[in-house]
Formats: sequence, C-alpha cells, structure tokens
Amino acid sequence: MTEAAPRQSATPQWRLEGQHAAPVMVLSGTWQARTGNIPVFPKDGLHKAPGALLTFQTSEVRDWDTGLIAFLWDLKRVAHDAGISLDVQSLSPPMRQLLELLPDAPDEPVHHPSGHKTFLEKIGAHTIASVTEVGIVSELGALTAKGAVQTVLGRSRMRMIDLLSNTSDAGPYALLIVGIVNFLVGAILAFVGAVELQKFAAGIYVASLVGIAMVREMAAVMTAIIMAGRTGGAYAARISTMQGNEEIDALNVFGIPTSTYLILPAVLSLIITMPFLYLYGCLIGMLGGFVVSISMLDITAAGYFHQTVTAFGVGQFMFGFVKSLVFGAFIGLTSCRIGLKAGRSAADVGIAATRAVVVGIVGVIAIDAIFAVIADVMGI
Amino acid sequence: MTEMPDQTVLSLRDVTLAFGPKVIQKNISLDVRKGSIFAVMGGSGCGKSTLLKSMIGLLRPAEGAYHVGDEDYWAGNEAHRTELNHRFGVLFQSGALWSSMTIGENIALPLQMFTDLKPDVIRRLVELKLGFVGMLQAIDLYPSEISGGMRKRAGLARALALDPDILFFDEPSAGLDPITSARLDDLILNLRDGLGATIVIVSHELSSLFHIADDGIFLDARTKTPIAHGSPRDLRDHCTDPQVHAFMHRERDEQGNT
Repeated sequence: MTEAAPRQSATPQWRLEGQHAAPVMVLSGTWQARTGNIPVFPKDGLHKAPGALLTFQTSEVRDWDTGLIAFLWDLKRVAHDAGISLDVQSLSPPMRQLLELLPDAPDEPVHHPSGHKTFLEKIGAHTIASVTEVGIVSELGALTAKGAVQTVLGRSRMRMIDLLSNTSDAGPYALLIVGIVNFLVGAILAFVGAVELQKFAAGIYVASLVGIAMVREMAAVMTAIIMAGRTGGAYAARISTMQGNEEIDALNVFGIPTSTYLILPAVLSLIITMPFLYLYGCLIGMLGGFVVSISMLDITAAGYFHQTVTAFGVGQFMFGFVKSLVFGAFIGLTSCRIGLKAGRSAADVGIAATRAVVVGIVGVIAIDAIFAVIADVMGI
Repeated sequence: MTEMPDQTVLSLRDVTLAFGPKVIQKNISLDVRKGSIFAVMGGSGCGKSTLLKSMIGLLRPAEGAYHVGDEDYWAGNEAHRTELNHRFGVLFQSGALWSSMTIGENIALPLQMFTDLKPDVIRRLVELKLGFVGMLQAIDLYPSEISGGMRKRAGLARALALDPDILFFDEPSAGLDPITSARLDDLILNLRDGLGATIVIVSHELSSLFHIADDGIFLDARTKTPIAHGSPRDLRDHCTDPQVHAFMHRERDEQGNT
C-alpha cells in the first residue's frame, strides 16, 4: 500500500463544482494517454442548462498529454449537447489550442455500403460477372490479335525488346523448374505403372504408359501450371503495379494501345515458349520414366526406346502441341486482364497476383478437360 | 510541457551522407532547438530528403555524429534505435498509409504494437488523433478511397499516434492546393504549440516556410554542402549568398532554373 500511495495521487481525477448555471470542472493528477486510465466523461454528466458557461480549474494537473485532451473532448461534446459553452480561456494555451482543433459534433463516419445480399443475388451477381469477364477477355484477345496483325503489316508497333525480354524470362529461365517437375512426373508414372504391369510380366509397357501420358497430357498440363504460377503471376503483379503508378493512364493518354504495347508481347512470349517447353517437358518426362524403368525392371535401354517410339502417333503429339499453344495464350491473356483490372494499392497487387495464379491453374485444367472431350468425340 | 527554449533536441556534427561512393552532402552540422520548426531547404536533388532519411534512422551517415537529446543515435543497437524512433513521428511525402488497412487501423497499429492499452482505449485515442486533423469521418475508409490531401492528413494523424515529441514532415504541402496547404500549416503550428513538439520540415514551398519555420538550413547541390543557416525569413531578408537569394526570391538563374 505504501508503494502504491504516490501513484494513487497521480491518477487523473475530475470533479464538477459550482451551480448548474456556472459549473466548474476541477482537474487534478497526471493525465497520460499511455497509462490507459484516462476516465471517460459520462454522456449524462452535465445537466441541461442552455446559456451556462463551464470554467476549468487545471492548476492541479501535473503532467498531461493527449490523454487529457481526449477527456476534454468528451466533455466538449457533452457540453455541446447540453447547450453549455466552455470557457476555454481558463485552460492553458496548449490545451486550448488542441481542444479547439476538435469538432463539437463529429460528422457521421462514412461507412461502406453494406453488401448484404441474398444467396440467389450473390449467385446471380457472380454469374453475370463471370460471363462479362469471359466477354472482356475475348475482346482483349481479339484486340491483341489485331495488334499482332497490325504489327506484322507495319501499321502498329510492338517493341521487339519487350518481346525478347518477356520470351527469355518465360523460356530459358523456366527450363530448370520445368525440367525438374516433368522429370519427376515421368518417374512417378513409371513407378506406378511398373508395380502393376510387372504382375502381368508386361513391364516393357511402362515405356508406352509414360510416353503416351507425357505426350498427351502431363507435359502440356504440368508446364502450363508452372507457367501460370511463374509467369502469369509476374505479369499480373507487374501490370497492376503499373496501374498503381498511373503508367497505364499515361499509355492511354498517348493513345498507345495497351493491347499492343503490353499484352501482345506477354501473350506472344508465352505462345512462342510454351510449345518448346512442352517438347522439352515430354523428353525430360520420358527420361524420368526411363531412369526408373531401367533401374527397377528387366528392360534394356534399346527396348525402352523402341517401345516409346512405337507407342504414340503424330496425332497424339499434335494434340499435346496444340493444347500447349492454347494454354500459353490463355495464361497470357487472363493474367494481363487481371493485372489491368486490379486496384491501385499494394494490397491490390497481391490480390491480382494470387488471382492470376488461381485462375491460370484452374483454367488450364478446365481447358484440358474440354480437350479430352473433344479428343474423345474425334477419336484421337 | 515545460518551456526550455534553448534545449537542443537533435544535433548533427560534420555529417557526410553518401550512397556507397556517391556523396550526397558533406559537412552538415545543425542543431534543432526544442519547440522550434526547423526547415531543410534547397533546390531539387540537393539531398533534402536524404538528410531527412538519415535523421529518422533510415540511412546511416558515412561520417559524423547524430545525437537525439543526449544520446548518440548510431552508437547503440537496433533496439535502442527503435526506442529513440518512438520519439519520432514521420509524415511521408504521400502519406505512406498502409493500403490494406482502414485509416483507423493505420493509426491503431503502432498503439497495438507498442502499448498495452485495451481496444476501446485505443479506439478513443485513434478518434482523438483523427479529430485533431479533422478526418474523423474517414475512420473506416481505406486509403485508396480518400483524396491525396486527406491521405496526408491521415498520415499526420498516424505520425501522432505514439505522442512523439519530434515530428518530421517530408514536403507536407506538395500536391496540395493553397488553401489546404495553408490549413495544414496552421495545423502544424497548433500541434507544435499544443503538444510542445519539435518539428523538422523538408519543403520548398516558400510561403509556407516563411509562415511557420523559425530556423533552418540551406543545402546546395553543386558544392554538396550547406551554404546557409537561419530562419527562412532571415535568409530572405539578410542572406547575401546569390544562390540562397535567388531561391528565396524565386529568381531564375542563368540556366533558367528557378
């Protein structure tokens, strides 16, 4: 108790004295905001007395900071409601100056429009937004294609340096990760196949399994997923940052079409690199299958090679090739669109990059499913 | 809140600022007195903002000493510097509000991180700080939803969050219309007198400097040294250096630069 005594005397205290018509607010103690013990002046602390003048007595206030002002502000608002005016001259000049900055009756805070919608409304809004988005992306694709044609005809200009830097970033620099992933996918396929096929003494067909799976599906899809995460996310982040810096606005004012200047090199670089990465992925995947098969099964290298070559035809190869082209165009277009649509803050850049990756991956798999149906109908 | 007019709050002695081998300014010596408004002046690219950066601990001077109060700022470890930094409130050029948080959350964050105050107490202090700058109605809005001038005022409210006794302003009136800028000047004066704060201000907005600053330093880009000390009003009326004279009187030099 003896230790607490000096602190006790320093706690902020207030009391009202005098008549209703001429109240006096007596303040004492230490009023520091950091201590967290600043009292709140009660909303009904003053009787209604229009025309009355409240004076202050602050001679016993020891140390004060904005904590005192917080209390005085409470009082100011209550006094305003009760029709009592404050004799600010009785405050010390710094207190007066700070208190006078504060409003009597604050404006109502602006709230966000409450977005309470029914379930059906939400579904409807999402559907309309998705369909609109498909339309916008298609239009963007058409504009980009038009830009490509105009560039070829020499009427519009895409900067070759942009195409080169985008292509080198999407191509050679992606070789390592595309290689690792496809090698492992090929190896995993061989493991799974080997376990089952060995039971039928058909171990050699592991080569066919790995070959067909890589060429038809895995190389194209896996490479596209990597590119969606790596390049698509980067495009979306870059373009949304440009949006935040008003760089896109500057392009628009000059009349430089974003479709030619920004989107065309991005999409084109993916369309150029994806088929090569697909071929590379096929080969590396088969190599992965080869390494596992040679070490696990009783197969010769020449046998594996022969079985692989006879396993699939040119049709299957073209199928995967076309898919990789479509995936490239899809990832390029959607990530640019998401970047262009993004807001202007740092948080929006993060959202845009995330969305580009998610839309890219989900979209690639969905498109792959559509291709599978088409292939089934056409009998490839 | 006691009056000690000649107490030095910040002092730089023979400070050289450099990025690697590239020297920005050298031989900077200055004293900022408690309760004064100290202006850092000079043409574009002379190193004003770099000087501010070093004063708020973002750039270590290549040479020289920097004292905050009696303490050598760069002598201690990082924890010591963070403690000293809590005496600082910084208003960055474009507000530098954290865009993923509302204005209210922006101001609440330092209080949540560095005090044990309860949420309702923090809310009260946040409202108070926003009340000072007249931005109470924007408490639940995001930085992207308000104008540049409002962002600056919200940035000022955030700078005041921890009740600092030293405030740094980087180009407070850049991008503001004359009326808003004049209001901001009055607000700065009110906060200085009310809070008893010391203020360092980087600006080339002359009308505002003449109005509020009572001490200052003039940096020269060519010689990379300070060429004048004193309040902007004194420099305008008495400084004989042609560079400073031209700056203060908005004259054009031979190259046509103002």
